[in-house]
Amino acid sequence: MESVNELLTISPIVIIGFAGLFVMMLDAFTGNARWSFYASLFFCLAALAGAVQNVLGPTGTSFYSLVYYGGTASFGAVLVLTGTLFSLCLSKDYLEQTGNHIAEVYSLVLFAAFGMLLLVQANHMIVLFLGIESMSIALYALAGLLRDQKKSVEAALKYFLLGAFSTGFLLYGIALLYGSTGSLALPEIAEASDKGVMYWAGVGLLFTGFFFKVSAVPFHMWTPDVYQGSPTTVTAFMATASKSAAFVAFILVLSRALPDTSQQWQEVLWIFAVFTMVIGNLLALVQENIKRMLAYSSIAHAGYIMVGLAATSGAAYSAVLYYLFAYTLMNVGAFGVVAYYECHKNCDFTEIKNYAGLGFKKPIMGILMSVFLFSMVGIPPFAGFIGKYRVFAAAIDEGLISLVIIGVLASAISVYYYLSVLVYLYMKEDETGMVMKRPSTLYSLALIILALLTIYFGVHPGLLTDFLGSFYSVTW
Amino acid sequence: MEFNILGIGVLTWLVFLPVLGMLLVLLIPGNNKNAIRWTALGITALQLVLAVIVTCLFDRSAAGVNDPQSFQFIEQFRWIAVESVPWIGKIEILYFLGIDGLSILMVLLTAIISVIGVISSWNIEKMVKGYFVLYLLLVTGMMGVFVALDFFLFFIFWEVMLLPMYFLIGIWGGPRREYAAIKFFIYTFFGGVLMLLVMLGLYFSVAYTNEAGEMVHTFNLLHMMNSANFVEGSIFYGLDTTWRYIAWVALFVSFAIKVPLFPFHTWLPDAHVEAPTPISVILAGVLLKLGTYGMLRILYPILPDGTVYFMYLMAFLGMISIIYGALCAMAQDDFKKLIAYSSISHMGIVMLGMASLTNQGTVGAVLQMFNHGTITAMLFLTVGVLYDRTHKRGLYDFGGIANQMPKYTGIAMVALFASLGLPGLSGFVSEFFSFLGAFDAFRWITIISVIGIVLTAAYVLWTIQRVFLGEGKEEHNSLADLTGRELVMFVPLLLIVIFLGVYPGPAIELMNTSISTLVEFVGLAGK
Repeated sequence: MESVNELLTISPIVIIGFAGLFVMMLDAFTGNARWSFYASLFFCLAALAGAVQNVLGPTGTSFYSLVYYGGTASFGAVLVLTGTLFSLCLSKDYLEQTGNHIAEVYSLVLFAAFGMLLLVQANHMIVLFLGIESMSIALYALAGLLRDQKKSVEAALKYFLLGAFSTGFLLYGIALLYGSTGSLALPEIAEASDKGVMYWAGVGLLFTGFFFKVSAVPFHMWTPDVYQGSPTTVTAFMATASKSAAFVAFILVLSRALPDTSQQWQEVLWIFAVFTMVIGNLLALVQENIKRMLAYSSIAHAGYIMVGLAATSGAAYSAVLYYLFAYTLMNVGAFGVVAYYECHKNCDFTEIKNYAGLGFKKPIMGILMSVFLFSMVGIPPFAGFIGKYRVFAAAIDEGLISLVIIGVLASAISVYYYLSVLVYLYMKEDETGMVMKRPSTLYSLALIILALLTIYFGVHPGLLTDFLGSFYSVTW
Repeated sequence: MEFNILGIGVLTWLVFLPVLGMLLVLLIPGNNKNAIRWTALGITALQLVLAVIVTCLFDRSAAGVNDPQSFQFIEQFRWIAVESVPWIGKIEILYFLGIDGLSILMVLLTAIISVIGVISSWNIEKMVKGYFVLYLLLVTGMMGVFVALDFFLFFIFWEVMLLPMYFLIGIWGGPRREYAAIKFFIYTFFGGVLMLLVMLGLYFSVAYTNEAGEMVHTFNLLHMMNSANFVEGSIFYGLDTTWRYIAWVALFVSFAIKVPLFPFHTWLPDAHVEAPTPISVILAGVLLKLGTYGMLRILYPILPDGTVYFMYLMAFLGMISIIYGALCAMAQDDFKKLIAYSSISHMGIVMLGMASLTNQGTVGAVLQMFNHGTITAMLFLTVGVLYDRTHKRGLYDFGGIANQMPKYTGIAMVALFASLGLPGLSGFVSEFFSFLGAFDAFRWITIISVIGIVLTAAYVLWTIQRVFLGEGKEEHNSLADLTGRELVMFVPLLLIVIFLGVYPGPAIELMNTSISTLVEFVGLAGK
């Protein structure tokens, strides 16, 4: 019984890990990618159920304190699986229409999700490293999925080379931390008394590794290329699930392994948050490709989230979790609408200028896109606004006033590039006269659910914010 | 004072009736255009009826402003059974509505202009359903801002207005609509962002002790007005501190963008020129008032020290707006742009009157807000009528319209003369009061500002001369005079303009108590 209970604490990891292998085998025996799709959807839902059960349960560690479950960690699993589930729902149609429907996509996505789940539940630096590595390797392969396209190959190579570098930093950081504190378990690192040069070098390198994964400036160079080169639904998966996983792991490391030195690293986060917000938003202004634009916008969002991390209070961490949830909903949604447009092959629908007049041709898609983009801008009554508001409010409460001022002004810049998409959708005349396809039921249903959730959590955020706040009501 | 319909307070009805209408419109098939129009008209008319009832029941002796007891039609716990139910987590955000003398006229104005706007939208043929859905959402936002007494709620309504406005200008507008729409959005959003910052700062500075004896941070505007609620050591604690001045400037800019006050005005001419007629009417009739209303409701009582400290700055910017707006108006050869600039000039008068911190000046300013709403709405409708018939707006494209469209000319004349400030029409009364109050407070600024009146006379008379008098153009000989629908939208406004010009008493009585309380409060707290 004891061991079954222990297994339940990592049920999402087990299910998704098994699912990855199963889906791979399924393809070998059936040869039909469609089966892999349904199987992966099923396992995702099962894993999500497991994660939700863990979130509602108590917190604790299991497997000889290697994994941490409940609270933030399991909510991280919920975030990862939400992102995975919705981007999977969109994948089948998109990949079929663009002629890339191969079953390996699903097993790679599941392997990547497995890594992410390991990452968010890590209570030990080696588990964390294993998680990051299995996530990254699967993502490198996914980035190069369209292997006959130059952009995709460039993306994969760039991602791999830079990613390998950053992993090196991370590993070196872990090693130095071990050297100075004598332990790899997160709580034990916090207890170590010696905080010498080696400790700080380790923390610095660890941060570098994390900054790369969350694409903070100046470690963001890979993001636009990878997001552009990957198939759009896979991009949606990368942009949401992997970023949520990295941020949740970052929170856990900060709050459980490095809480007593927060005074010092807070300033580091402060500086990187400023650069990430400002540069992300400025570069997004000049993009003409919507996937690159969304890539830079995701960099900017990472910046807002880092404001929350810099605040280092429980309220700020719960605000960040809320933000990540809203971010997952609206980003998968926005990429999903882009992917829908891309299914029409006669025109390159990653270029924003080709969006002229599309808002009227398929009104539902236009409205969905407006909801997601307005939520990203941070306009009430959408979830993005509440997320941004809570992060900034928590930061002000901790006295980071100038940081919030910079953040809020940077987000005012962002209005322009989000709205310019809507300008093309609604305010330019369409000259091509092309006919839009009807999206499949599953596809539109997934997008509509995302939009409704975006609105629901903007109008009535109380339940979720209270729940997230309860993770931090006790001292940890 | 309370007034419920079906157990729900009248202010909630006022605010959310259009949302109900929105849902109704969504249910009607898109090709049934007339049903959609009539639904929208019915809903806004119902809203107007409610607004009139509220005005009639309104107790003129209750002050409001900073005293929760004397606010009327308060709704704070009607939706949720307990007082001060937290809406977001542990943060206290209230669904708190109420009106006093500052807002009652604005509520009435919003309801009137909304109905007129629907009538003038009758000939919109492009995507009627989408148009009215957005239109009704806009009305909800406007009404919400005027009745919200919680800063967070105020902010939400404020931002919610942006969305429909952006699309209404951007989809149904003129040739440069996308430029105008995005410019409008960015300016206003920037203002909103500044407001958000100040709002957060105030939230963490203000705390009150609730019944259970706990200190609770709050967004309740009335608690923010009480200087005893500022927590010692918090960022906005004290009087005349640097942070409070910074907050004042930030909040002032966010409202001044909406007014719009020089030098934040450049979005207005673009937005007006590109917007379709009914949206121009809404924009000039109601949206601009949100800026000055926000100042009176939030900036004045919450940061009174800053208000007193910066009153010369406000008056100075008001003066520049008056003169500069009038000069720009004179230089225009586009009728609509001329009215847009004249709006800037007239809103400058509001600013000047408010800045004086005297009773007369502030009463004049609020009355001017109402009057400018009705007069400018008429002027934009005037342009719209000509544009519908000829698809031209240039002042030199016309001439001798007086012979071609006599009824129309009569009404247009009244509107133009009211805008000029002719005694006997409503514009005169409010401008006079504003200048009277301002003259007490800042002599030279007022003297220079009054020159603006001369400039206004110049451009108005010149416009009349160019458009309505002189040689008629041949191609306009067959222009039809006003139709029944157009008369319906002009006549009520015309009656209001004349009535308030002859007998402004009722309007002034509505707000007098509140405004003297406000002026006294700001004067005491700030000096």
